[in-house]
Formats: sequence, structure tokens, C-alpha cells
Amino acid sequence: MEAWRWLSKPAQPYRWPFVGRVIVKAGVLFVILNVLFALADPLPLLGRVSLYNGLFPGRERLPYGENPAQSYNLSLDNLEAMFASHEVAAAPGADEFRVLLLGDSATWGFLLEPENTLAGRLNAAGLTSPDGRSVRFFNLGYPIMALTKDLVLLDYGLRYQPDLIVWLVTLESFPREKQLYPPLLQDNPDAVRGLIERFSLGLDVQDSRFVEPDFWGRTIVGQRRALFDLLRLQLYAVPWAVTGIDQFYPESYELRRSDFDADVSWQDYAGPVELTVDELAFDVLEAGFALAGETPLLLVNEPMFVSTGRNSDLRYNFFYPRWAYDAYRDLLNAEAAAQGWPFVDLWDALPAEEFTDSPVHYTPEGAQMLADLLAPEITRLAEGWGNAG
Amino acid sequence: MTLTHLVAALIVAALYIWLLPARWRGWALMAVSIVAVYWLSPALTIRYLDFALPTATVVLAAAIWWFTLPPHSTPTREDRAALGVLAVLILGLAATRYLTPELRPTPSRAPEVPAVALALAIAGAVIGLVGYRLRGRGRFLTVAIALIVGLFAVLKTEPLAIAAAGGLRALSGQQVDLARPGDLSWLGFSYVAFRLIHLLRDRQTGRLPVLSLREALTYVTFFPALTAGPIDRAERFVKDLRAVPTLTGPDAARIVEAAGRILIGILKKFVIADNLVLLALGPANAEQFTSAGGGWLLLYGYGLRLFLDFSGYTDIAIGLGLLFGLRLPENFDRPYTRQNITAFWQSWHISLSNWVRFYVFSPFSRALLNREPRPSPQFVVFAAQMVTMLIIGLWHGVTWAFVAWGAWHGLGLFAHKWWSDRTRRWYLSLKDRPRLKAAWTVAGWALTLQFVMLGWVWFALPQVDQAARVFLKLFGIGW
Repeated sequence: MEAWRWLSKPAQPYRWPFVGRVIVKAGVLFVILNVLFALADPLPLLGRVSLYNGLFPGRERLPYGENPAQSYNLSLDNLEAMFASHEVAAAPGADEFRVLLLGDSATWGFLLEPENTLAGRLNAAGLTSPDGRSVRFFNLGYPIMALTKDLVLLDYGLRYQPDLIVWLVTLESFPREKQLYPPLLQDNPDAVRGLIERFSLGLDVQDSRFVEPDFWGRTIVGQRRALFDLLRLQLYAVPWAVTGIDQFYPESYELRRSDFDADVSWQDYAGPVELTVDELAFDVLEAGFALAGETPLLLVNEPMFVSTGRNSDLRYNFFYPRWAYDAYRDLLNAEAAAQGWPFVDLWDALPAEEFTDSPVHYTPEGAQMLADLLAPEITRLAEGWGNAG
Repeated sequence: MTLTHLVAALIVAALYIWLLPARWRGWALMAVSIVAVYWLSPALTIRYLDFALPTATVVLAAAIWWFTLPPHSTPTREDRAALGVLAVLILGLAATRYLTPELRPTPSRAPEVPAVALALAIAGAVIGLVGYRLRGRGRFLTVAIALIVGLFAVLKTEPLAIAAAGGLRALSGQQVDLARPGDLSWLGFSYVAFRLIHLLRDRQTGRLPVLSLREALTYVTFFPALTAGPIDRAERFVKDLRAVPTLTGPDAARIVEAAGRILIGILKKFVIADNLVLLALGPANAEQFTSAGGGWLLLYGYGLRLFLDFSGYTDIAIGLGLLFGLRLPENFDRPYTRQNITAFWQSWHISLSNWVRFYVFSPFSRALLNREPRPSPQFVVFAAQMVTMLIIGLWHGVTWAFVAWGAWHGLGLFAHKWWSDRTRRWYLSLKDRPRLKAAWTVAGWALTLQFVMLGWVWFALPQVDQAARVFLKLFGIGW
């Protein structure tokens, strides 16, 4: 057949010496390419090459997902690629007031369609900045509870010239020992170490969990998974563009617990202790404000489910015993006041029925309520900053 | 066929090429193919069925060989030896039930060896006696064809498959209400059935060469082509098979070509097509796309994926065939570059198209033309093309969606014939107007591609109501 003539009827018949030379040359080329790849470490550069925000629309939240067949999404650790796929990486409109939302899975929007996340509801509100620009919110939440993750994402997010930042936090993101547990951080040691050193954070730059591939681990063969993930991210631009789906929405889910054992433990603490600023990663929070610099940053203690069920006198919810959360709130309020951080404490702002499968995941109605509460705070901060400027 | 199967096949091929004495190659091909029928079969929920169905494949192949043996010829010594090898292989595979699961070549534990031996003896006696009395007779061969078509229909028709699965579940003492069509996943039966019908029909018409049992078994079960074709013709296949002992084992030209086809097949099937799944139209995303443009994107994604998946499999099959010394027929010849639907069908799933043209289109057209009063030529073309394409559709599954797909292409072929008959003279006059001819060629290609892609809507979506909805949505209707 004509299509295969080049293979079945070559100009000169294949002979073993020729085959041997081809195999040797291919092998040498393969080794050279791998060595060059390991030396150049082009993954961050490759991550910036994206079909999003060009051929296909950018994602409304950072890529995250464990079942691509249903969510058309995936988790990867290439921060450049993650941001390049996000709509925040698109060129800003001339009259756009850009607000970044940082936070955990609640901000990212677990079980929520993009338009029903906090960012989605805030965008729907059609806010205007003091200078008349239309306010556009970008969801940079990511389903990991660690302030250091937020700090890294803020560091990247600042490249996209935000006019204001909203950082939603909860106690689960504060424990110092949790700061370096996320694989996203372990796989990006340079980004994390840079921040630790720059802000003298109370975290170990030599933490053994940082992934440091050896020479062979940096070759094409060693990085095949990372390369494949990059490719998949681009492929999933099509179903994302066509369906607007970036998460699997189950028909039903297990509701967050409201009855608890008589258990007051939290993290490594068996019972009430006096929490201090040093035990929680307040230095990371402080670094976030320093990193934001002139860009106004609104700190929000995010809403959580407050149970009235069994043993609710001991625990607010599955995450928190009352003693730990109360202590955290006291510390956060005091620190915010002391540092002069713009701060809103919305810990009990949503009714219990607006929480879904976890003490911090809320319903679309909950997102709307939260947006209604935050919109005036954001406007006030923008105005205040504008006046100050 | 998975990559694991492929690696195993390549190891076997290496042993075959470099270590096996040339005179044993034919026997090795038969033995490997028979074992592969079991090894490639999926695990099934009905007890022992994933042993019974592969056994049925090889027993059917042996039976059809016996039924198609010319009436006055007797099995040769080699045929008796092949029968013995077949029995030993089946019993040997049954005996692997005593091995640990990792070492078994069967998908699950085989039945007891004496039970298998008894079943084989009974099947052998019945087939032997029936064949002894009736083999070669036209009506008997017609009945055999009808039985294969009937079996095919049961497997491909969901309610019938569920009923049959329920019956088998009842026989094996399993829960009947759990019966599903997937219970009867008979590996490669679509292809096996067409090869068997080809043997029977060609015996009826006197075209079939005399095959040995070993040749017939290898032809029907040749493992590279078992799961996804191509559907070779026996006389062509056997010509290659008989030349196998004379081939140079490590022939560079053959091995390079084979390796090239296998590598390209792996790239198409496992690297590209498997990763295009989410970009291809399917029942789930058919309900999720939010614009007509998105729907077209998914539809073209499906068309691309289908081609790469299927042609990738074919490349692997042809490459493996070459390693073992047999050149299987091509199944695809750049189908999406064709400028009309007739040319498309001459380059898409070529072996199936040829089979249906040979055994359905031509005899059906002849039968219509021989009727009195003779129908108009246009009606003959229309009816033959519709019947041919409906059969190709139903071969994929007895559903309304496949009927619609077949009818879509039947109408397309008829419309093209009608159009080309009326424009042939004008088209020939274009040779002096190269620009117009080039524009016409591009327009023909675009129209054909669009027509084929639209047809895939019926192919991709098994529920005809969903397919119809999607079809309309592609044109902005029904949003």
C-alpha cells in the first residue's frame, strides 16, 4: 500500500549492519537528549507554554483533581503550568481591578461549579472599584490546608499585577508541622526555600521531605511523569473549554458530621494547652503581608460549621475542639490588631445548613452569603487604600 | 490486547525467529494462536465461561474445517495430528487450574480436566458424526452459516444477550437477575464469525482451497488479528502460511518493517488514542457540552481517536503478523483524506468492506438483477448499498444507533453514485481547468470528512435518542 511504501519498500533494502547503526545512533541521540534535558531543567519553561488563555479559555481555578475521566482535571506540581492554565494569566483588561482570592478547598470550591464558588459569586456581584474599574476576582484557592502553600501561590500570583488580595484562612492551615507536608510544596523546593530564607520563616530549608531529584531523576526518563502531566493539562483544555467542568460533582455525598465523641484532641495535643503564636505559623501570615507590599491584603477568618449536636460543647466540628479554635481566634484577632492587618472574622457567618461534606465546604447559597458579607469589606479596603495612596 | 500482551507476543516472536527450527513454525503458529485465544480472553462473571468461550472458538473452527472438507476427502495424518495437538492443548490449558493464578494462561480457574475431556469427547462425536453425514452439502452449509449468524445476533442484541446470559447463569447456579450483555464478552467473535462464514460460503461456491486442520485453525484464530482484525481471506492467508517454513528467520527487511509497524501502532493506539478519550464524544460529555462548536470539537476528537485506535491496532497486528512471517491485509489507507464517500469506504476498515462487498453487496445485487420483472438499476444500487451498510452497522451491534449509522452511509453512498453518474462528464472536463479541479477536490474532501464525522454521532452514542439530540444540537437546534 502506498502509505507504507517508505517502510515496506525502502530505496535500499534494510540489512542488519544498517539496523545496527540506526539503533546505535538512536541510542546515542536518546542519551544526549536526556543529558541536555537534565542539565537545562526546562520543565518550568515548558510549563509556561500553554493552550489556555489562547486557543482555549483559562481555567477559573487552579488545576486539581484525582479522577480526570470525570473531572477533566488533574493535580500536578508544575506551578508555572498551573498558573499558565489559569485565567489570571490572561492579559488584564484595561478597566480591570484584579482581586486574587487565596485559600483552601473552601475557596477553591469543593462540590461547587466555578460560577458558584466565592470568586464566582463575587464576580456575579459586578463590583466597581473606587476609580471606576470593574472588579474581577480570581480564584487562587487550592485544596490544601497550609499557609505556606498560600504564600507560594501568592508569590506566583503577584506576577499578575493584582490590585487587591483576599486571603481566607482557618486554623487547620496554621500548625507549623503541617506547613511543608503538601506534595505541591515538597516538589517545588526552590520556590519554598526562597520564601523561607527571604522572610526567615520558622521552617527548615533542609526539610527531608523536599524532593531533590538526582541527575537521572532530572532526565526525560526521570521526569516522564511531570512531562506527561504537562501534556495532559493541555489536552484537558478541550473538555474544559467544551463543558466548563473542572470537578466531579457526585449526586450525593456524606454530610459533615455534627455529633462527636467526647474528644478534645487537636493535632498532637491530647487536650487543652495554651497555644502560642510560635506554635502556629503566624510568621507565614506576616510574610504574606510583607510579600503583598503595597497591594492591599484583606485577611479573612473563613466561616466554619458550628455544630449543635452531641458533644458540641466540646467541639465546634470535626476539625476543631472548642479550646483550640477559641485560642486560635484570640491569637488571630490580637495579631491582626497588633500588626494593623485589614481583617474580618467570619468564623460563624454561615448557618449550619450551608455546609456540605466538611466543616469548611459550603453550598452555593453559602458562597453567596459569604460574597455578600465580603463585598463591602473589599470595597471599603479598596477605597481606603485608594485614599491613602 | 494490552501492552503486557504485546510484550509477551514480542518475546514469543523472538523465540520463533531465532530459536525455532523452520519446520516447526506452522505448528508453533497454531499452538500459540490457540493458547492466545484463552490468554487474551477477558475474565467473565459466569463460572467457567471464560474457558468455555475460547474453547468454543477453537472447536467451532475445527468443526467448520470438518464441515467444509470436500465430501470425498478424508483427514490426513497431519489433520489427525493437529486434532491431537488441539485436544492436548485444551486439556493442558484446563490442567493449569492447579497452578497459582499468576501462572495460569486462562483468565480464571478452568473447569476440572475430566469434565473438559468429556465435553470435548461429546462435542467431537457430535461434530464428527454430523460432518461425516452432511459435510460439503449446500443446504447443510447454509444451516451452518445461519447458526453462526444466529449466534452472532444473540451476542450483539442486548435483550437476547441478557436472556442468554441469564440462561447460562441459571445453568451454573448463579444469580440470574445479575445477567448483563457483558457476561458474554466473546473475544474476537465478530471477526471469527466472518472468517467462518467466509470458509462456509466459499466451500458452497467451490472457491475454497483445501485446507489442513492446522491451517484452518491458524487462519481462524491467528492471534495478532483475533481481537480487531483484519479479516483476511483464507486462500491468501494460507499462501503465506505455507511459505513460513521457507522464510529466513532473522530477515532484516521483514523485522524492520514489522518493528516499524508495531512502534507506529503503539504510538497511535497507546500514546495518542488512549489519551484522546476525554476529547472524544461519548455518552457522558454528550450531555455536557455547552455550545455547538464544542460539540463539533468533541465529534472530530472522536473521529480522530477512533481512527488512531483502530488503525493503531491494525498496525500492531500487521507488524506482529510480519514477525511471524505472515502479511495480513491492510485495513486503512488514509481514509480521512478521501474526496468522496465511496473512496472513504474503500480505505476504512478495508477488510470488512471487502468482505461485505463480496458476500452481501455482490450476491444481493445479482439476486435483484435476476428478478422478474427486473427492478431499475437505481433501485438495485440503492437497495444493495443500504443492505450492505446496514449489515456493516449491525455487525458492530444490533442497536437503532448502528442502524442509523448504516443507513446514513448507505444513503451517502447512493447519493454519491447518483451524483457522480450525472457529473462524470463535467468532472472529466475539469482536467483542462486545474484550479477549478483543485477547488472541487478540496470541497469534495471537506464534504466527505464532514459527512463521515456526522455519521460518527450515531456510532459514538449507543442511545439513538441521545444521538439524535446531539445531531440536532450540532446545528444549533434543541439548545
